[in-house]
Amino acid sequence: MQNIRLTINSIPVEIEAGKTILDAAKKAGISIPTLCHHPDLCVAGNCRVCVVEQLGARTLQASCAVPVSEGMEISTNSAKVQRARRDILELLLSEHRSDCVNCYKNNQCELQELAAKYVFSSSELIPLPALQHYSIDASSSSIIKDDSKCIRCQRCVRTCSQLQHISALAVANKGSEQKISAFMDKPMANVVCTNCGQCVNRCPTGALTERNYITEVMHALHDKNKHVVVQTAPAVRIALGEGLGFAPGERVTGKMVAALKQLGFDAVLDTDFTADLTIMEEGTELLTRLKKVLVDGDTQSALPMTTSCSPGWIKFIEHKFPEFLPNVSTCKSPQQMFGALAKTYYAQKRKLDPANIVSVSVMPCTAKKYEADRPEMRDSGFKDVDYVLTTRELARMIKMAGIDFSALADLSYDSIMGTSTGAAVIFGATGGVMEAALRTAYEIITGREVPFENLNIQPARGMEGVREAAVKIEGCEDNWKFLEGAVLKVAIAHGLTNAYKVMQAVKEGRADYHFIEVMACPGGCLGGGGQPMPTSAEIRQKRAEAIYAEDAGMPLRKSHQNPEILAIYDEFLEKPLGHQSHKLLHTVYVERDWN
Amino acid sequence: METLTNNSTLRKTDLIFGREHDTLSLLKEALQREKDEIINELIESGLRGRGGAGFPTGLKWKFAKSAPGNEKYIVCNADEGEPGTFKDRIILEKAADKVFAGMALGGYVTGARHGIIYLRGEYSWMRNSLLLKIDDMNTAFKQLGLDFILEIRMGSGAYVCGEETALIESMEGKRGEPRNKPPFPVAKGFNNKPTIVNNVETLVYALLISHLGAAAFAAFGTEQSAGTKLFSVSGDTPQAGVYELELGMKLSDFVAEFGDGDTKAVQVGGASGFCVPRRKFDQTIIGFEGIPTGGSMMLFNSHRSMYHVLHNYLEFFVEESCGQCSPCRVGCQQLLLGIEAIKARKKPASYLKELIRIADTMRLASKCGLGQSVGNAFDSIVEEFKEEIIY
Ligand SMILES: Cc1cc2nc3c(=O)[nH]c(=O)nc-3n(C[C@H](O)[C@H](O)[C@H](O)COP(=O)(O)O)c2cc1C
Ligand code: SF4
Repeated sequence: MQNIRLTINSIPVEIEAGKTILDAAKKAGISIPTLCHHPDLCVAGNCRVCVVEQLGARTLQASCAVPVSEGMEISTNSAKVQRARRDILELLLSEHRSDCVNCYKNNQCELQELAAKYVFSSSELIPLPALQHYSIDASSSSIIKDDSKCIRCQRCVRTCSQLQHISALAVANKGSEQKISAFMDKPMANVVCTNCGQCVNRCPTGALTERNYITEVMHALHDKNKHVVVQTAPAVRIALGEGLGFAPGERVTGKMVAALKQLGFDAVLDTDFTADLTIMEEGTELLTRLKKVLVDGDTQSALPMTTSCSPGWIKFIEHKFPEFLPNVSTCKSPQQMFGALAKTYYAQKRKLDPANIVSVSVMPCTAKKYEADRPEMRDSGFKDVDYVLTTRELARMIKMAGIDFSALADLSYDSIMGTSTGAAVIFGATGGVMEAALRTAYEIITGREVPFENLNIQPARGMEGVREAAVKIEGCEDNWKFLEGAVLKVAIAHGLTNAYKVMQAVKEGRADYHFIEVMACPGGCLGGGGQPMPTSAEIRQKRAEAIYAEDAGMPLRKSHQNPEILAIYDEFLEKPLGHQSHKLLHTVYVERDWN
Repeated sequence: METLTNNSTLRKTDLIFGREHDTLSLLKEALQREKDEIINELIESGLRGRGGAGFPTGLKWKFAKSAPGNEKYIVCNADEGEPGTFKDRIILEKAADKVFAGMALGGYVTGARHGIIYLRGEYSWMRNSLLLKIDDMNTAFKQLGLDFILEIRMGSGAYVCGEETALIESMEGKRGEPRNKPPFPVAKGFNNKPTIVNNVETLVYALLISHLGAAAFAAFGTEQSAGTKLFSVSGDTPQAGVYELELGMKLSDFVAEFGDGDTKAVQVGGASGFCVPRRKFDQTIIGFEGIPTGGSMMLFNSHRSMYHVLHNYLEFFVEESCGQCSPCRVGCQQLLLGIEAIKARKKPASYLKELIRIADTMRLASKCGLGQSVGNAFDSIVEEFKEEIIY
């Protein structure tokens, strides 16, 4: 494409055709305020905060929406622009319940930031009367929706439809009545919401936030009678730093463990342990299904099998493709396996009364809050996971406690249930479960390592929305001769729009996969709805690199090598898919209509 | 058609409703001509869109013709939502065949093979009779060897759906919200294909110009406002109705004809137009060099409270803004709240200045013509009738 030349504030800029004025300004090092714009989403051009003046044009131009053209002369700070920008912000503030000091998003709000920068003195405008009778939708386990904080930028709407193929959130009504409504104005808990929190992750204000459990967890930590265990998901350690002043992609595993200890958790344990366990259970489940279908001619066992770690994906498939529920691995997610074991195996080993154990998890995810609340997730006889915190909530707690995070010396996880392998940490990136499963399954079948350099299964990696790979199985051990020469076909999808594409292909008979990994969030858990804000493709790329670096640095990189895994089968579970496993580690799914 | 009084200085014409020609023969005749010739004729005629924005019709067709691709559309904008406008309804009742032939002509010239009439929801009562006429027309097109087919889509009842890109969104089954421009519909319109959107009246004139010639049309009107146009006259007038008049008239002449002897102001162009007070009637030209109008002419006599007039308009906009962009959605509400607060003495009269500033920001920064034109009525009424607004 040919380049376009223009000037911005008299600075000459050259940029590819098709780019916007906003892109050109960025290139020239000029910042323009935006609100509705988000790098992951299609252009909306509706907040109008980014307007600029174009010489010769009758109106101001929304720089995020208008493509550059040859010879354009743009001014981003003319009197007209400055006045309009301030007026627009004042208008938005008059529609917004500016209860900043009491707001969960205080100091993390894009509207507040722009107000501080461009408004900075009181406005004459009249607060809109609708603000006097607002109500907050707290029906969902995961997401709190407060319309009085909403600025109608529609980032959430675009996220839900474009990235997640759901449209649980949509624009309703027009004019002064216009608002973002959950389908048909129902409570969030009663619509086809997967709780993925991608909308929360992109909301510029306090309109959409996670249901937080900071107070409850603090309370438990202060209760002398409680033994509070915490598990941390793979993707937390590579993103927590962002919420505490580190650059994206900085790994803070050891500091995180140290901080959790300072916060007073009685045991700092690792979801990565149960990620390794998931590989044992899910890998065995896959091989069993393959055998039943390929050798025994069993028509009951469903292929392709799909992963089940992502609770957003689970709720999605329960709503949208219920006919494929038998295809979903029956394995609980690593969080829930951990929860079930914390109040059984761990309690026994540590000689604790499970009734006194408070099980907390730190997750990159908001859907995990919903998952923990599911009635099935009580196989230990208690609520398996009591409280789910997001990465963001943990960052807050660390700040609240006055911990100088960057100065912390690295500490290691406690044991038991704190040891893990590199195969577990890559669960946090799209393709990671697939890669971890292949590392183990291939070795079980052939007795040899996967034929990829340094165990790095490159075809499973990357940010392509849907990826496919085929692995030819050769040189099988005696038990697995039936697989000799078979080509195992796998697919990986992240973001539910991509999951939808893959499932649609399966449904229409256009795909013959054996195994599908689906993560609800873009980039996998590292791009989860509970991760620090902001998010963008570049930030997620940095986090992915950190995940793979973490894996590469681990002494053990295959789940079946984890000594604690070998021990738990030896002492407690017996064998994958065994009786105890069935009771504690596997679950069932339900077809869902509206909730 | 209504007639004028005998001593009127206005020049009434009867191009649209005159019945000297059989519509299909007009079309047949036009189809014999080169496409570029017709485009040039339209450009020379000076015909500008009659839907309000006044874009030169010949140019629009030229752009659409040169837009790449062989799937193109021509859409007749029959959403007629501007308060005080009802001339498109009369055209569709009395001369729908000319509208359809005008669309077919546009199709022939630009390569669009599909014509869609976007009919205002409130006009659904005429849908069946229009469908019958469309059937006949579609048959006639075939007989003429023209690869062109017409259909009707019903509007969804929102004023903003008359805005051409909102109209297209609505036809695509989405919320009727205006799009970002560029791209304009002639480049990417319905289904992202090149699309001409023309007002009902524009299409009729395009057909007539291909027959009468540019010069005959441009003999009417003024340099910038060539030709004639339909006016919907309403309000405090003994002669409410639709009139075809030469463009470029003085508002004083118009009021002399249509006023009730006590006219204090005329709202030219509906809620999104301007309010002209009596003292300016003499210096106001109706047309693109003065105050343009999509046809709505609303007269107010001295019994009217201009506060109420403005209040009504603002209520209309508060409800009819699509609500997507912040200056318009919130701005409309602030203007309404603001004049109420001043009336109730909760804000000082000087607050009007803030409101005028907000209206100007809406004009500069709103996404579409709706938000951009709220300030027209607001400023003109507030400036000319300040006392009525404050006290
Ligand atoms: C809020 C709004 C409402 C409009 N409503 C109409 C309408 O009802 N009919 C119409 O022909 N044009 C309407 N327009 C103008 C159209 O956007 C467009 O300019 C017109 O249909 C083009 O046709 P023309 O060039 O033949 O006038 C409206 C514009 C705006 C901003
Ligand atoms: S100006 Fe008003 S009607 Fe137009 S896009 Fe903005 S909110 Fe919608």
